[in-house]
Amino acid sequence: MKKPLLEFTGKGIYCSAADVYLDPWKPVDKAIITHGHADHSRWGHKHYITHLRNVPIISQRLGDINVTGKEWGETFTINNVKFSLHPAGHIIASSQIRVEHKGEVWVFTGDYKTENDGISTPYEVVKCHTFITECTFGLPAFKWTPQKEVFKDINQWWAENQAEKKTSVLFGYSLGKAQRLLKYLDTDIGKIYTHGAIENMTEVLRPQVDFPETTLITKDTKKEELLGNVVLAPPSAHGSPWIRKMVPYVTASASGWMTFRGARRRRAIDKGFVLSDHCDWDGLLESIKATGAEKIICTHGYSDIFSRYLREQGYDARTEETQYGEEEDTGSREAEVATALPTAGGAGA
Amino acid sequence: MSKQLKRVRQIARLNGRGRPHFARNDDTMKHFAQLIKTLDSTNKTNIKVQALADYFNIAGETDKVWTIAILSHRRPPRPVNTTLLREWASELANIPLWLFEESYHIVGDLAETIALVIPSNPSSTEKSLTQFLEEMIALKKKPDDEKKAYLYENWKVLDYYERFVFTKLITGSFRIGVSQKLMTRALAKATEIDEDILAYKLMGNWNPDKISFQELILEENESDYLSKPYPFYLAYAIESEVNDLGDVNDWSAEHKWDGIRSQIILRNDEIFVWSRGEELITDKYPEFHAFIGAIPNGTAIDGEILPYPKGEIGTFNDLQKRIGRKTVSKNLLKKVPVILKAYDLLEWEGDDIREMAFIERRKLLGKLFHSVAEPVPNPTQAAAKRAIETAVSSTAETSVSSAVEIPLHLSETIHFTSWEEAAKERGRSREVHSEGLMLKRKDSPYLVGRKKGDWWKWKVDPLTIDAVLTYAMRGHGRRSNLFTDYTFALWDNKENGEKELVTFAKAYSGLTDAEFRKVDNWIKKNTLERFGPVRSVTPHHVFEIAFEGIALSKRHKSGVATRFPRILRWRQDKKIGEANSLKDLKDMIV
Repeated sequence: MKKPLLEFTGKGIYCSAADVYLDPWKPVDKAIITHGHADHSRWGHKHYITHLRNVPIISQRLGDINVTGKEWGETFTINNVKFSLHPAGHIIASSQIRVEHKGEVWVFTGDYKTENDGISTPYEVVKCHTFITECTFGLPAFKWTPQKEVFKDINQWWAENQAEKKTSVLFGYSLGKAQRLLKYLDTDIGKIYTHGAIENMTEVLRPQVDFPETTLITKDTKKEELLGNVVLAPPSAHGSPWIRKMVPYVTASASGWMTFRGARRRRAIDKGFVLSDHCDWDGLLESIKATGAEKIICTHGYSDIFSRYLREQGYDARTEETQYGEEEDTGSREAEVATALPTAGGAGA
Repeated sequence: MSKQLKRVRQIARLNGRGRPHFARNDDTMKHFAQLIKTLDSTNKTNIKVQALADYFNIAGETDKVWTIAILSHRRPPRPVNTTLLREWASELANIPLWLFEESYHIVGDLAETIALVIPSNPSSTEKSLTQFLEEMIALKKKPDDEKKAYLYENWKVLDYYERFVFTKLITGSFRIGVSQKLMTRALAKATEIDEDILAYKLMGNWNPDKISFQELILEENESDYLSKPYPFYLAYAIESEVNDLGDVNDWSAEHKWDGIRSQIILRNDEIFVWSRGEELITDKYPEFHAFIGAIPNGTAIDGEILPYPKGEIGTFNDLQKRIGRKTVSKNLLKKVPVILKAYDLLEWEGDDIREMAFIERRKLLGKLFHSVAEPVPNPTQAAAKRAIETAVSSTAETSVSSAVEIPLHLSETIHFTSWEEAAKERGRSREVHSEGLMLKRKDSPYLVGRKKGDWWKWKVDPLTIDAVLTYAMRGHGRRSNLFTDYTFALWDNKENGEKELVTFAKAYSGLTDAEFRKVDNWIKKNTLERFGPVRSVTPHHVFEIAFEGIALSKRHKSGVATRFPRILRWRQDKKIGEANSLKDLKDMIV
């Protein structure tokens, strides 16, 4: 039997014809990387290939690595297999990977979302025969509200807290969500302060996107100057000694998981905003349809449920185990993860 | 009926009954949904109380009564069964039923799942909460197609949160961390009526469909003041050696009973049973009605409600069967009757005697107990006897003399002349189903709240067993990003002789933060399956689990219930084969 173009192995998604891995979770010689979240771009590969704009991101996180940058749609051939990167709209510089060999086309999405967030290059439909899709939010319970409305709520929340003389602490992953929040916070209300992990990543991205001004919180930052302003912090800061400086404060989290009432309460957060960098139910179904693919492989998320539904809709769909999306719902220690724990997960939801 | 007409009638109705309330009213379902949302979106008690108080200040009269009813679990009966709700919701959401069920399994709440899967709607409603509830009451008798039409109509026009609240009103109670106690506090804040009096007013059977806010809450009755309890005095656990407490002769000791701390008050031929959380629980324990007539008016007893199956003190597990039941069946009353183990007297002959020395109060309590134990016949008591016999459907054994069995026991004072002697009695605690000893300074008054110095808890050392970690769940608060809530299992033999692990307890405390992080990291890498927030893990780690008590239980898979299980230490030196068996655990039952 002919070997499939992409296989799911113990190290990651493998293209044997080119001897290259896509977002591998174990160290390999050659890795094509979709985006900068820790569960997709891990330590220890000899050679990284990724989008040009992702180069500074993964360099910041992984340090001194051997990396080659590519443009959107630029075809590069390895052992007669044609590869190209296409925007995934998940976070800044996130790609889908298109793989073509002997007329057969596969697309691996990494993580993606269909809504244009205004800072990531918008998701592009790539026609293919086999579509490897994430399904982090592959349940009909997930339906996103347009971000314009969510940001209206977020800014209103900030203004209300300010009226009560409280500091607004907003949690979001230091890569992706934090910048998306930053871009749309209303600076007419007040100043935007940042946690170190977010400040560092934002600095890396400033050449690519026009962000409002931020002030890094240091040990010299006075408690009084924070009052009424907003603080962007990674979820891991919740409950840490660092956050005590913000007293009196109100916390909020912006994530797709905030759809569930229980999720907010389990995390002991005051307010939840439903804002995700992944597709919702309809987004997944529409993109799958648009690719024209007949074979669908569902990776991380509610993959068993989602692939069963796809089969009922007439697709040849199955599930494959990967190590993506580990701890996406907490994204807990992503800042530390990137530097200290190369095998643990931590990505933006 | 038009909204306006309804309002006119409402006011007319109020005029007929008492003073009308012309405050600015907002009696829309929208307002109620907003209240629920606020209550649900904070963990802070003060904010909840304030939100409820604000609501009570501006909600319409009938909506207020309904809100009180809903938050005190007095919902109208469910008009549509959940099978139909699930079918209809998946139909309207245009998804297969199995997918709805899977979503429900993950979301964990039926009303929330329904609200989520049905396409969202920007519109809203002007109908009042009362109107919705009246419609729901009427709906119960309607044929299925009308029920379906009603649900569709409302599901389609309500926005997401209102749809959730609407469906919740149909399916069940709101779990939003609002106890009756908290609601009563808010009501007290809004009406400036004493909280204990409101607690009394809200007791018993009242029908939200028939009673007005005026009648239920505002009208003043002399009898309201009858029920007022004294604040409880709470003890701390002993911190050092008992010897440090000084002269042994200054102290009185008794067993520390493991039940519900309660205050029972008799005034004006009425009885009031209060729990430590200052909730009125009179209706839950009808046994104590036998006190009326047997115990004189103007008495307040501090003690412990204990289960008394088969004529002896049971375990807390027995009591669990009674806790949380609003109404008690005859069968349950027979199977798990309760008694009051009395240990203090706070009011006697109508006087507050809390300033008296403890031993003096105990003397009066002893006197009271003996007058009840050796009763002189009187007519009221005979009536009480008949009452209890009807309630308990005559469990009176022939071995009991004709004297009425009053469920009042005295918490015996332990006589000891040295701390060693006291320690010996403490060692016997498990045999008598107590948690250890209580030490009380003989000359101490009855204080308010938790105060150090005069009362000490001297608990027995816990039992321990080595168990295997099998499931893990995320923690709460600052631990919410770690897996810190664990389920533990013990070995058991299957019928075919194979060994299997059987779950026996959950625990979420006892490790250091560093240990929790280590275990958390291991769990994330060794997950077998995920069930919502819960993960099953490869059996690998052994932990020593400590617990206070143990009892046979039909409700637990292992057949055993443990009390206050917690992690004592991580036994990294042990392999799972060295963990204990279920038999080892059962052998601990005395």
